[in-house]
Amino acid sequence: MKLDYLDQLESEAIHIMREVAGQFERPALLFSGGKDSITLVHLALKAFRPGKFPFPLVHIDTGHNFQEALDFRDDLAERIGEKLIVRYVEDTIREKKLKEPTGRNATRNGLQTFTLLDAIEEFEFDACIGGARRDEEKARAKERVFSVRDEFGSWDPKRQRPELWNLYNGRIHKGENVRVFPISNWTELDVWNYIRREKIALPSIYFAHERELLIRDGKLMATAGGVIKPEPDDQLVTRRVRFRTVGDISCTAASESQADTLDAVIDEIQATRISERGETRMDDQLSEAAMEDRKKGGYF
Amino acid sequence: MSERANDRAAGAVKSVLRQPLIRSFTLSLIKMDLLRFITAGSVDDGKSTLIGRLLYDSKSILADQLEAIERASKSRDDGEIDLALLTDGLRSEREQGITIDVAYRYFQTPKRKFIIVDAPGHIQYTRNMVTGASNCQLAVVLVDARHGVAEQTRRHSLIASLLGIPHIVVAVNKMDLVDYSQDVFSNICIHYAELAKKLNAHQVTYIPMSALNGDNVVDRSTTMPWYEGPTLLEHLETVGIDDDAEGKTEERHPARFPVQYVIRPQTAELHDYRGYAGKITSGLFRKGDAITVLPSGETSTINAIEIAEEHLDEAISPMSVVLHLATDVDISRGDLIVRSNSQPVSTQTVDAMLCWMDTKEFKVGNKYVLQVGTARTRCSVREITYQLNVNTYEETEDVESLKLNDLAKVVLRTAQPISFDPYQKNRATGGAILIDETSNVTVGALMLVGEAG
Ligand SMILES: Nc1nc2c(ncn2[C@@H]2O[C@H](COP(=O)(O)OP(=O)(O)OP(=O)(O)O)[C@@H](O)[C@H]2O)c(=O)[nH]1
Ligand SMILES: [Mg+2]
Repeated sequence: MKLDYLDQLESEAIHIMREVAGQFERPALLFSGGKDSITLVHLALKAFRPGKFPFPLVHIDTGHNFQEALDFRDDLAERIGEKLIVRYVEDTIREKKLKEPTGRNATRNGLQTFTLLDAIEEFEFDACIGGARRDEEKARAKERVFSVRDEFGSWDPKRQRPELWNLYNGRIHKGENVRVFPISNWTELDVWNYIRREKIALPSIYFAHERELLIRDGKLMATAGGVIKPEPDDQLVTRRVRFRTVGDISCTAASESQADTLDAVIDEIQATRISERGETRMDDQLSEAAMEDRKKGGYF
Repeated sequence: MSERANDRAAGAVKSVLRQPLIRSFTLSLIKMDLLRFITAGSVDDGKSTLIGRLLYDSKSILADQLEAIERASKSRDDGEIDLALLTDGLRSEREQGITIDVAYRYFQTPKRKFIIVDAPGHIQYTRNMVTGASNCQLAVVLVDARHGVAEQTRRHSLIASLLGIPHIVVAVNKMDLVDYSQDVFSNICIHYAELAKKLNAHQVTYIPMSALNGDNVVDRSTTMPWYEGPTLLEHLETVGIDDDAEGKTEERHPARFPVQYVIRPQTAELHDYRGYAGKITSGLFRKGDAITVLPSGETSTINAIEIAEEHLDEAISPMSVVLHLATDVDISRGDLIVRSNSQPVSTQTVDAMLCWMDTKEFKVGNKYVLQVGTARTRCSVREITYQLNVNTYEETEDVESLKLNDLAKVVLRTAQPISFDPYQKNRATGGAILIDETSNVTVGALMLVGEAG
């Protein structure tokens, strides 16, 4: 008997989730509807069945999500019989009288943080499990598995706790919370290989399909839901595309692709010379340290 | 410490200097395994540059990531592409040109999958190096060819040894700045081998290189024809890390299962279901095994082993499973289930090697929370037996207190008995941490030795 690396990664992730269950009183699993958080749900099933999850699924909805992802989210929660809490950025904007970003490439992605911090306060969550991976981005490559945040949700990269072996220290003061990343050590390809091996269902938009898009700054952006308002110089096209990541419509670009099966998607990802976030995320390309700054502000 | 390690270190120097290393590819071809390694050494010795070079020359950098570091390098004076930026991802790291915290990078070649941990050299951030090193099987210790072995080289080597990292690569870097001189390299090897005698490493390998120019990182150097050993990547791809080679004997791999969480659905149809969830940290459990629960000492038999409602006859480390026992035993998080025929050390007075990681002093009488496996208990400091001098590796007795980054042997008294295996025998079950009760921060890394005499 010998474990391959996917077995090892799976076991590590299950172990981390159970540490959350054992060390915290009010944890939550942040669920976005994307492949990484769907993988987290699958890992939670492995960690806690036949018992119930010791945490609800929490979705921070920007109001700019793909309908396919939202339907999938509701289906999944119902299918596994676990509690789903949704909090809306829309409501935060209204209640807090926030100024919504305007202009050509406006996105609500940044405002998510406010809604997340409010939800943490509302439910007194002491730990939030998320699907961030260290291979995604250079600031994430530096973060601990148990990432302690102060009462403002803020990450201080210069004051991270030592974290040795598989001993996680989740002791915190009241008001602080911990962000926990069970798939820290997985790469994009590991996630896809695991999805294939475990036959995990995904929203249809991860596979090649025809849709209307507009070309902006060289990126293919979906016109779905009217989130992105076409401007006179935007070119409208219909293309066969898939989404490599599924996030907020306003900042997630599509890739032209014919890959309509898992095998084909994995082949494409293996061959690509562009990183996941580089290909799809507009929000990281704003500045050199965009992710680090967002994390300091309480983001994932 | 060990005679054998000593001879091997000396042998390794000879073998790189005189003859090509005989390497075997057969083992790694059977299956793709995973090597976790860390860079270590003094500030500015070129650790991050080396990792960048390794990724660059093995074509593991994606086009947009390369563009991003090219763009970031442009704002620098010389305009050369700075490969250290691949891992130095924080704003302050880029501003100061140093590494502050460990960065993790993932890559693979046709032979192996790798998790790279790039550590900071700066003494202030030693705790981050310790964090990264704890799970590694190999450390690449960099030495600047111009300066030779420095204090931080010794400190990191000692930490690697205390953490039980079996393989050390001494990368003598910046050979371009010493005219690729064989004499310089040999002298550093001889010097380090002296040091290695006092350490626990199973194997030390010496490679002369220039991370900046890419000599002997992925591609063989043409400027150092006198060196006939492997390049760094060749070595990483072939170094023997197969734990099985050492035999999965009960003595080396005793069966250990720290209980993390109890699964009790308490529904009508699963009314009596009670499963103990955890990860097998060491060894193998089979259905029917006689087990003992620690610290209570109660015994029972394994009724079933389960993963997500699928039943197994046996399970090995590091699998995360659910165990069911034949009888009702009082078990909760923090308990350790072991096979009854291989008992660990259980004691309230423990000898341990300590790596102190806090700015507050560590003193006799101080109290902390000790975490080992899933168990937590309060403890107090009985004694500082000796402190290790990071330069000479000598033991200094009569030490009053320890300061940030000090290494020492200590005796702790715990409120509850703790169960563990000596760390140098079993890395998976002999490590523990100290937590400060007021700040909640992890302040100490403990390599448990045994019951204090
Ligand atoms: N000439 C020469 N310079 C090198 C070589 N390797 C690294 N350097 C330079 O040495 C300096 C420090 O390199 P880094 O890679 O940042 O050093 P480091 O060991 O990661 O430093 P810390 O992480 O802060 O401890 C940089 O200016 C590098 O360009 C080499 O082989 N030759
Ligand atoms: Mg560095």
